[in-house]
Amino acid sequence: MRSRYDGVVIAAPVTIPYVRYSIRDAHWWLGRALAALVKSAVIKKEQLDGLCVSSFTLFPDTAVGLTQHFGLSPRWLDHIPMGGASGVVALRRAARAVQAGEAEIVACIAGDTNHVDSFRQNLANFSRFARDAVYPFGAGGPNASFALLTSYYMRQYGIEAADFGKLCVAQRDNALTFPHALFRKPLALEDYLSARPIADPLKLFDCVMPCAGAEGFLVMSEQRAHALKLPFVRILGTIERHNAFPDDPIQMRGGWALDRDDLYAQVGSGPADMDFVELYDDYPVINVMQLEDLGFCQKGAGADFVRRNTFTIGGSLPLNTSGGQLSVGQAGAAGGYLGLTEAIRQLTGRTLGAKVENARLGLVSGFGMVNYDRGLCSGAAILGAP
Amino acid sequence: MTPPLIRPKPRNPIRALRLPTSPPVVRSRAALRLTAAAAEGRFELQHCFKCGTVQYPPRSACGTCLSHRLEWREVSGAGELISDTVLHHSNELYYRERVPLRLGTVRLDAGPSLLVHLHGDCAAAPSRVRVRAHLDKSGQAVLIALPPQDTANMTDDPMLREMTSDPKFHKILVTDGKSPLGQAIAKALVDAGADIVWVGVAEPWKDAPGLAALEKLSQVERVPLDVTDEKSVRDLAGVIGGKVDILINTAELHRAHGVADRGTETARAEMDVNYFGLLRLAHAFGPAMRARGAESAVPASAWVNLLSIYALSALPSHGTFSAAKAAAFALSQNVRADMRGAGIRVVNVFPGPIDDEWNQLVPPPKLSPDALAKAIVAALRDGVEDVYPGDVAQDIWTRFRESQKALERELWDQ
Repeated sequence: MRSRYDGVVIAAPVTIPYVRYSIRDAHWWLGRALAALVKSAVIKKEQLDGLCVSSFTLFPDTAVGLTQHFGLSPRWLDHIPMGGASGVVALRRAARAVQAGEAEIVACIAGDTNHVDSFRQNLANFSRFARDAVYPFGAGGPNASFALLTSYYMRQYGIEAADFGKLCVAQRDNALTFPHALFRKPLALEDYLSARPIADPLKLFDCVMPCAGAEGFLVMSEQRAHALKLPFVRILGTIERHNAFPDDPIQMRGGWALDRDDLYAQVGSGPADMDFVELYDDYPVINVMQLEDLGFCQKGAGADFVRRNTFTIGGSLPLNTSGGQLSVGQAGAAGGYLGLTEAIRQLTGRTLGAKVENARLGLVSGFGMVNYDRGLCSGAAILGAP
Repeated sequence: MTPPLIRPKPRNPIRALRLPTSPPVVRSRAALRLTAAAAEGRFELQHCFKCGTVQYPPRSACGTCLSHRLEWREVSGAGELISDTVLHHSNELYYRERVPLRLGTVRLDAGPSLLVHLHGDCAAAPSRVRVRAHLDKSGQAVLIALPPQDTANMTDDPMLREMTSDPKFHKILVTDGKSPLGQAIAKALVDAGADIVWVGVAEPWKDAPGLAALEKLSQVERVPLDVTDEKSVRDLAGVIGGKVDILINTAELHRAHGVADRGTETARAEMDVNYFGLLRLAHAFGPAMRARGAESAVPASAWVNLLSIYALSALPSHGTFSAAKAAAFALSQNVRADMRGAGIRVVNVFPGPIDDEWNQLVPPPKLSPDALAKAIVAALRDGVEDVYPGDVAQDIWTRFRESQKALERELWDQ
């Protein structure tokens, strides 16, 4: 049994407002996130003795280069190239570092730029398998991969376009009050269903929009958070898994299905106890996969579950309360942090938009890196109000 | 069902040419082995020597047992299409011009899951398909799933046509119309549906058997061409260079003797036809063909060079010929590199002895001009770029791959 995260907390969620295209580089976005962390915690930069970085567009640099770039001398440093799973994984590692005394305050930051042509270039060099066996087929980016698994999912489990649409529409409702969402116009189900096709069965509003932006948070001891007078949330349980179920011919489940019992056992609760969920939502089919694999319903019962819940703030099972990437935008690796910063805000009661009333427990999950035909990294964390 | 290809209308000369673009070309070294097999028309995947796992995408270690001993072996393309999609959007220029296009996930009976191009005649998932590896317009291998049985007009599928050069509706130049081989090829191309077959004729004042009969075919047109004469090559390119879709260089000079038997005059003459002839053609016809690599429904698409299996390893009894063909082979690799960006397939043909007057003393089996012509048309249809036609070529190619040095010795006394 792994040890608990007692006495370690996360605080100071920051978001650098997203833009569709930026002429700045990743260093600029990450620098702004770091500055925002220092400012919001009212600390000196030198007090950060741990740093954890995620970014797709930082090349040729890594977290190492950033220490000199930003004038930091951390005694604990990590670089996490896990895309949509970066937030949960950063949290897990930073928490253990603080717990073990390797660092006192760890700044976790994720951010990417989006130049007019950088998305295409990132896709072309995303991974060796993608370069050899995906990109040459015109399937630049995950659209084709997710179209194939969405199509399979629909046929296998009888879920329909309108079910996916309901999730997108609910997230858009949630985004209407979130000031940083790039999409803040209401979305009607008819708009979703009649949007232009991207890769059948995916249509425009199934796909996240690449953009530039950054997110960050701090991990420290509860004592330190008290001393700094920072609102914080507790880490109650976490899981992480890579390349789960490699023998499945096509992805229909992720690592959560393997580890969810472990997750809930750490917390002593179950899915029904969650006041809200922040799921990794690059495509709505992944939301459904996570709802099933994280035990909110049985495998294959996602359609029924979607039909029985509203997913809106104020409704049943609020899902992606800031609007998620589908409405806020996907700022590269920051997309893997979006759910975490929002969960911290909900559980500390300091939201930027609408608030889930009396939220005590929230689940955040991450999913990342379509290396070839499926997302490889999965993770989840359950956070609690103090 | 795939609609039959219809004869394309002539291009409106006022409108801009569609410029050639290339699908992504970068591959890992491991993945280039897929290309190497596809170049000869084979579908090979990595097999683990130790545990037998068949894996894809190509790896540097076995994903099952971690052995680094991985062999590329032919594999059956039979499998199940388990999901399919139609791509309406791509970030790559080449594909932006070709959407909507079908893609699918195939679970190969041999094990791995493959992302594939999907032939238009494949039924929706779940369905049976057969997967083949083909070179695409970048010259690298991609996978395409075909229906389990051949269908009518199957070769007219737009994506499959991107990977092949079926002579149908093409305008083709055969550089030597006087040789039995050139004439056999011209006939085979007419049979395959070529629109125009220009046959080059050098020294027209000399009679050439068979030429008059060939010219009776309405698609065949005689043109003056002497590949040893720069002006002749340029003049012809000035007239038809903007129309040639496929160039088949059969011009050959072959004298059967070793390097010590004669002075340099014969060797020089062989080089002039076999090596410099190709170079002159590449200079004169290459640029216009490159420019037309993406034009209309029948773009410029292939360039075929008649080499010899002895370009790989010299046959001392035909020493100067072997050397000239080796030079032509090296040049042809350069032409291939130059043509790559335009998507024009450079096909190298490596026959063993052809049954002609210069191989009188070579014992059989020898390759008949008709058989060689058929092999060339098949190579164009199948989209392969290296052809080793006939038993002798296959035998020597196999020996060459097993041990180049052993073959060198074996050829001494032949």
